[in-house]
Amino acid sequence: MQDFSYVSAQTVSEAVSLLDENGEKARILAGGTDLIVQVREARRDVGLMIDVKSIPEVNVLDYDDDAGLTLGAAVECYKIYAVDAICNAYPGLIDATKIIGGTAIQGRAGVGGNLCNASPAADCIPPLIVLGATCVIAGPNGERELPVEHFCTGPGQTALEKGEMLVSLKIPAPASNSSSFYLRFIPRNEMDIAVVGAGASVTLDAAKQTIVSARIALAAVAPTPLFAEEASELLAGREVSDAAIDEAAQAAQAIARPISDMRGTAEQRTHLVGVLTRRALNGAIQRI
Amino acid sequence: MAEKKEYKVIGTRPIRHDGVDKVTGRALYGADFQMTGLLHGRVLRSPHAHARIVSIDTSRAEAYPGVKGVVTAQDLPEAEDRVADLGEGAVNLKYLCDNILASDKVLYTGHAVAAVAATSPHIAEEACKLIDVEYEVLPPVMEVRQAMEADAPLLHENLKTTSMGETAEEPSNVASHIQHKLGDPDKGFAEADIVVERDFVTGTVHQGYIEPHNATAHFNQDGQLTIWCSTQGAFTVREQVAEILQYPISKIKVVPMEIGGGFGGKISVYIKPVAAMLAKKTGKPVKVLMSRSDVFEGTGPTPASYIRVKMGATKEGKITAAEAYLAFEAGAYPGSPVGPGAMCIFAPYSIENLVIDGYDVVVNKPKTAPYRAPGAPNAAFGSETVLDEIAEELGIDPLEIRLLNGAKEGDRRADGPVHPRIGFIETVETAKAHPHYTAPNGKKHHGRGVASGYWFNIGLESSVTINVNADGTINLVEGSTDIGGTRSSIAMQAAEVLGIPAESVNPSVVDTNSVGYTAVTGGSRTTYATGYAAYEAAQDVKRKMITRAAKLWEVDEDNVQFADGEFSCINGKEEQISFRDLCGRLGQTGGPVVGSGTVNPGGAGGAYATHIVDVVVDEETGKVDILRYTAVQDAGKAIHPSYVEGQIQGGAVQGIGWALNEEYIYNDEGTMTNASFLDYRMPTCLDLPMIDAVIVEVPNPGHPYGVRGVGEVPIVPPMAAIANAIYDAIGIRMTELPMSPDRLLKAMGKI
Amino acid sequence: MARKSHVQTTINGETVEFLCESRQSLLEVLRDELYLTGAKEGCNNGNCGACSVILDGRLVNSCLVLGVETEGRSVETIEGLAEPDKLHPIQDAFLENAALQCGICTPGFIMSAKALLDSNPNPTEHEIRYWLAGNLCRCTGYDKIVKAVMDAAQETSA
Ligand SMILES: Cc1cc2nc3c(=O)[nH]c(=O)nc-3n(C[C@H](O)[C@H](O)[C@H](O)COP(=O)(O)OP(=O)(O)OC[C@H]3O[C@@H](n4cnc5c(N)ncnc54)[C@H](O)[C@@H]3O)c2cc1C
Ligand code: FES
Ligand code: FES
Repeated sequence: MQDFSYVSAQTVSEAVSLLDENGEKARILAGGTDLIVQVREARRDVGLMIDVKSIPEVNVLDYDDDAGLTLGAAVECYKIYAVDAICNAYPGLIDATKIIGGTAIQGRAGVGGNLCNASPAADCIPPLIVLGATCVIAGPNGERELPVEHFCTGPGQTALEKGEMLVSLKIPAPASNSSSFYLRFIPRNEMDIAVVGAGASVTLDAAKQTIVSARIALAAVAPTPLFAEEASELLAGREVSDAAIDEAAQAAQAIARPISDMRGTAEQRTHLVGVLTRRALNGAIQRI
Repeated sequence: MAEKKEYKVIGTRPIRHDGVDKVTGRALYGADFQMTGLLHGRVLRSPHAHARIVSIDTSRAEAYPGVKGVVTAQDLPEAEDRVADLGEGAVNLKYLCDNILASDKVLYTGHAVAAVAATSPHIAEEACKLIDVEYEVLPPVMEVRQAMEADAPLLHENLKTTSMGETAEEPSNVASHIQHKLGDPDKGFAEADIVVERDFVTGTVHQGYIEPHNATAHFNQDGQLTIWCSTQGAFTVREQVAEILQYPISKIKVVPMEIGGGFGGKISVYIKPVAAMLAKKTGKPVKVLMSRSDVFEGTGPTPASYIRVKMGATKEGKITAAEAYLAFEAGAYPGSPVGPGAMCIFAPYSIENLVIDGYDVVVNKPKTAPYRAPGAPNAAFGSETVLDEIAEELGIDPLEIRLLNGAKEGDRRADGPVHPRIGFIETVETAKAHPHYTAPNGKKHHGRGVASGYWFNIGLESSVTINVNADGTINLVEGSTDIGGTRSSIAMQAAEVLGIPAESVNPSVVDTNSVGYTAVTGGSRTTYATGYAAYEAAQDVKRKMITRAAKLWEVDEDNVQFADGEFSCINGKEEQISFRDLCGRLGQTGGPVVGSGTVNPGGAGGAYATHIVDVVVDEETGKVDILRYTAVQDAGKAIHPSYVEGQIQGGAVQGIGWALNEEYIYNDEGTMTNASFLDYRMPTCLDLPMIDAVIVEVPNPGHPYGVRGVGEVPIVPPMAAIANAIYDAIGIRMTELPMSPDRLLKAMGKI
Repeated sequence: MARKSHVQTTINGETVEFLCESRQSLLEVLRDELYLTGAKEGCNNGNCGACSVILDGRLVNSCLVLGVETEGRSVETIEGLAEPDKLHPIQDAFLENAALQCGICTPGFIMSAKALLDSNPNPTEHEIRYWLAGNLCRCTGYDKIVKAVMDAAQETSA
């Protein structure tokens, strides 16, 4: 493994200035479950690791029925699913946090790291997209916010500019009669990376007959996780029915641009987008 | 000779002797070895599947701070085209050496090219990147049928096919062709009412032991070389290192540390000679560890294969003829297990007419190594699937057709030997009566399958010494590395002879200077052969102790008898003394007692297994889940039933992995793209139900307690059993391994 | 040459100081600097669980923690589990159930099982299998390991 320096930053501004000074070779260390592996396997060239886990802002885990969730960028998965109110409000996100790696990985890995690593197959990103999450980003020029679906720009690439870091994620409080669901297909039952992932959030009318709005997002079928906008929109105003769900699944399949690799073939992935989109939508509806 | 008997120790379940060390983290495995002044070695591996080495320049690496030495094939003694005999058959020495460090060509991605010793493993790794190797890249040959084509690129310019004693004129990737024939297959097929023929393809799979290979070597000033390592056989390490380095075995001591799994994969040496070369060059002890990807890419997996099986039967289900064509990938150098595959393929059945052809073919993949019943699982996937199809077409219960054709004592195996008493029929009968087999199986997408398997097991040499302690306990010294509780299963056999509890035996596994020659922990031979040696050593102790009792009582030895741990005088005097008390009186009666036993038994009894599996298939995703699994096996005599069950369960689960997901996935350049545990996808505990291991005991006449090897045969049936269950669930015959979700989707026409 | 940092941490209840390079993982520090070789390396990338330890009460893969990150924290390893004269009930259960063959995965499984039973004293078989899915065992087929953990749960919660 290459040699690098390590700093445990105490404030956001310290981390930001270290990032700014050291440029490309500096990386934020959250749980390290991606970063340490990548540096060890020489897939990333890193001269400085900036540990942010001592910074208060990135450890915030704050849920309020009205304001929603503020999730610090370094909060580990296991802390998130330990809070019942969060599990009830965002079951789709919880689905993802419970399947990242195994329990030992979840002791270190966080949603923020999952997002910043920007893997097309990242499990937390589709639920963040369908839940309408916003990224709170700090940089040399202060703070800015960005909808999560615009955060990933390519495999391992993000919208973060030089000197910028993710501080937290904000997820609005769930609407009434809504719920969310995330699932992925893997050949094993755990410890595997998504061949395809699909997340959905659905809001129904008071009678629970008609879809008021829905959001669908996909993993591992394009260079970045995808927000399936058309598929989502065509559900608005439709009765809950197999036909509507099938249509959405087909629309989702239409935007998938998968590759073949050791985890699955392109044909298999396109096929699975249909299957998983249906299952995610039905799953979300059943939870309402 | 061995019939059902009552035993005191055998068949009980004592706590294993090395148990506390292993649950407290105190047991020392190969990589745990520490020594002052230790250097760390790392191996540079080829990024190409097939290339000529034009030049290697190590100067930048040598100049890197912290680097103490670099070696390449140049540092190996000249390897003529000599044949080395390593106990398991002849091996071409040049192939052996080239697999340690490539000299002229690299033949697989991951092939070792050079190695560095440095003051830290990180520095050694960095220095490897500074070794400049110029390659002339050649087209790789990645698949057995492609490699057999006449115009395929050649791996070895002077490899010529040997076929039934004849050597061909022209070079080829086919190293050898073997054939076994019984009766008249044409006539047999003519008599059949039904003939089924199918092609099968199996992928390359790895043993997947959790502990990577490791070795620490040190040269003393007097030329004594010591190697601490985890291995399945310290003596075979000594032999291989001696051959490769052209160094006398008397100057090499191999210390077997605890070993974290092997399954056949830790018999061939890889980094042990390299550690020795680096130790020689630096004058310091050097520890070399493999990474997980080194293990996948640089050590022997078990081969991919192409198999064609044809079987014919009468309407009543009697098999009239069988034919098999087996082409196995040897990897970079000849030596696939096609031989054992050909010996095992139809061995569960009594078939009068058959012909089996086997081909050993080199391809640009790591040289294959044994993996649990090497060759037999590939073969059984074909034959057991075809038999299932015949049973189904004829409307005969699949276990019934096995009973109808099952091999028994006196039947001849395809490769010649006549079966002694074997327990195949008993495994089928037990499976048939098992509540799993009689449970309802009707749900949609659920299916049940069965399959059987055979493995012949081996004997080979073992040595055991027993030192008797004054307090009635014994120290048992052996040379078989303990991979799964064999200290206990060996100790229990000595304890049984001497009428003492298992806990009164202190077994230790020692180095090559401290015990007689002992062959590898492999071939399911350890409890059988080293246990046999322990039995003999205990008999030796018993004889000597009888002499001591006779001396004590001043009677003739013939007048002393030993039973249930007590010596007694059977003539005249009313004397009696326990084994324990007599141990306390050895000093007075002539001094310490040491017993020894050495064996090279020929009576390793073959082992049979019959498995039942229930699966559910997700028709939308192609995923198969195992719902219930029962593995019935003839153990001859289970010395420690818990560890026999453990072998059966572990083997079955490796088979489940092989069946469903495990395979080497290669890109177009011939590089493995899933060389990590994440993407190689071995089963986790969440992928499995409990595995019901059912032990049948048909004693092996070739062992005093009736022991048969148990370690290997459980991996033979699972692939076919699962394929048959998938057929039962969705009506599709899967003929390619692994039966991964994408292959199922394709077979179902969904993609 | 890579610079070393001074780190002070608590291991199995004892204060420990060591020097390490930033690139050395907690696993390397335990094994190579402190000679606590009970945690094993099976993959060095989080996939096998052989290196499992408990960090500030939470199960982690020590191969994916940097040694320098443990400053001021608390680490429990397999070496700290047994009492001087008594094994931990999980260790006993592994022996009683013959839940190990080669034993290389055993320290990791036992630490993982301990973390499970600390947080969920009465897990179902499914919960055990889910929790232990990050620990690979190639020898046993997991059957006896799962049974051992079920037995240990009975023992510790009784
Ligand atoms: C065995 C194993 C199994 C895994 N299984 C899964 C799985 O099932 N699903 C899945 O999606 N992933 C999986 N992963 C990947 C990984 O665990 C997750 O992506 C995890 O969520 C990453 O979080 P982390 O806190 O460990 O990130 P880190 O590794 O610390 O960081 C990841 C990347 O993001 C950057 N980064 C982190 N925080 C910030 C920040 N605040 N601002 C800017 N940049 C930042 C880092 O520099 C780094 O490049 C697995 C990994 C392993 C080792
Ligand atoms: S060595 Fe850490 S998980 Fe395998
Ligand atoms: S006992 Fe060998 S890996 Fe688990």
